[in-house]
Amino acid sequence: MVDISSRHRPLFLLTTVVFAQVLLLAFQVRHSDRGGQRDVPLVRYWAAALITPIERAGTWTLSKIGGVWTGYVAVRSTRDENVRLRAENDRLKLQNRELETQAAEAQRLVGLANFRQAHPESPMVGAQVIGSSAAMAAAQVIGASADPSSHTMFINRGERDHIRRNMAVITPDGIVGKIVEVFPSTAQVLLIDDKESGVGALFADSRTHGVVKGTGDPEPRMDYVVNDDKVQVGEAIITSGEDRIFPKGLPVGTVVDAKAASPFQVIRVQPAARLDRLEDVLILLTMQEVNFRKAEEPAPANSPATGTSNPQPVPSSPAAKPMVPQP
Amino acid sequence: MFNPGMQSDTNVEVHKYYGGTIIGAAILALVLQAFLHKFGHWSEMIELPLLVTIYFGVSRRNPVSGLLLGAAIGILQDALSHDNPIGLYGIAKTLVGYLASSVGAKIDTEHPISRFGLVFVLFHFHQAVLAITERALLGRPAPIFNLHLFLSSLVSAGFAVLLFALLDRLRKPH
Repeated sequence: MVDISSRHRPLFLLTTVVFAQVLLLAFQVRHSDRGGQRDVPLVRYWAAALITPIERAGTWTLSKIGGVWTGYVAVRSTRDENVRLRAENDRLKLQNRELETQAAEAQRLVGLANFRQAHPESPMVGAQVIGSSAAMAAAQVIGASADPSSHTMFINRGERDHIRRNMAVITPDGIVGKIVEVFPSTAQVLLIDDKESGVGALFADSRTHGVVKGTGDPEPRMDYVVNDDKVQVGEAIITSGEDRIFPKGLPVGTVVDAKAASPFQVIRVQPAARLDRLEDVLILLTMQEVNFRKAEEPAPANSPATGTSNPQPVPSSPAAKPMVPQP
Repeated sequence: MFNPGMQSDTNVEVHKYYGGTIIGAAILALVLQAFLHKFGHWSEMIELPLLVTIYFGVSRRNPVSGLLLGAAIGILQDALSHDNPIGLYGIAKTLVGYLASSVGAKIDTEHPISRFGLVFVLFHFHQAVLAITERALLGRPAPIFNLHLFLSSLVSAGFAVLLFALLDRLRKPH
């Protein structure tokens, strides 16, 4: 055994721990360079198992505290009212709140139903949202990445709910991201503004194709749009379906700014979904291969989701590499 | 070999904590970081796991426990992210934990101004190690210094003064 004096023991241990982690990093880089399917390392399972239950409990507690706080404020606001009308006011307020809740829920369900009608060709599986025929899984956001530079979040659905990698995650406002890791009862979602993210997209008006890539900032960029193409600020961007993750025609965002640059324009995009205020999301299973076969076939004349009025050829830009599905 | 009470400089006071405090605070920091992140990008200015690593490194003044705590927090942080290979934050926080405990054994780290300065410096050291590791081992571009990082270091250092005062209350009375 190597004899190390107690004076140098901390330094020796430091060198050992750092060196071990460098080796671990090198191993992971080498493993990913081989292009193989990346398995979830055991330590990620342990970390998710350790942290996500606490996050789940925290989300639940916060929602309860929020409910209590709202109730307290509501009760206080009635204190100054006329004493004789107080009882009646309380009853009416409660009734009103109940109706508001029901109205909000109805509105949410209408949004989901509209979405379902707009994408009848997209086979989706899931659990619980809009009746037995529907197949979208609703999920609650229970936390985000502890790494500030990684724009990911955890949701309370996992392998047990039939969630799989590369499923699209959306809200009725627009796309959110895709599932990148699946754990038994939770899953990790890579948001579209993460710097590792890319989404096949096109302009709703001009039908110019490109790739919306995350930058790590709140506003992603639309890449691979040549300078000859005119881009208007405020123009809507929708999914093109080329990434085999998101069905065609879902809102991605709107153009905030477009500047000519070499070789492509620099276009900043405001995401349609509020990525920094997500609470509930929907998960779709977009069967990529089926979608692609459908896209290659002549589209039905009245299909609302496949953009039959103006079918676009798939650009062959070698640089455009949107989210590629993993097997 | 591992003795949390071991101290090379006998003149410096070593603070002790109730059982489970350090592990609880580390897990809480990771959970809160994730929670804050959920409510907006502004929370990226503060890195709670780094502050907890520095605080306990400085308070325990033991390089061995400092570097092991830093490694554990860093590896957990890597594990909870998607695009980071495991070890990236681990290496940075191992070094920060070691440095914080070494510095804590030599200078007064109880005063708010020295705490502010220490966190400010270690924040940039942490970022520099991260950036160098990312560039050298992963071939990814990463900034060592920019305005956003400078502002983040100021906000983190200011927040650390308050947080450290709060964590001081968890110490065992002498």
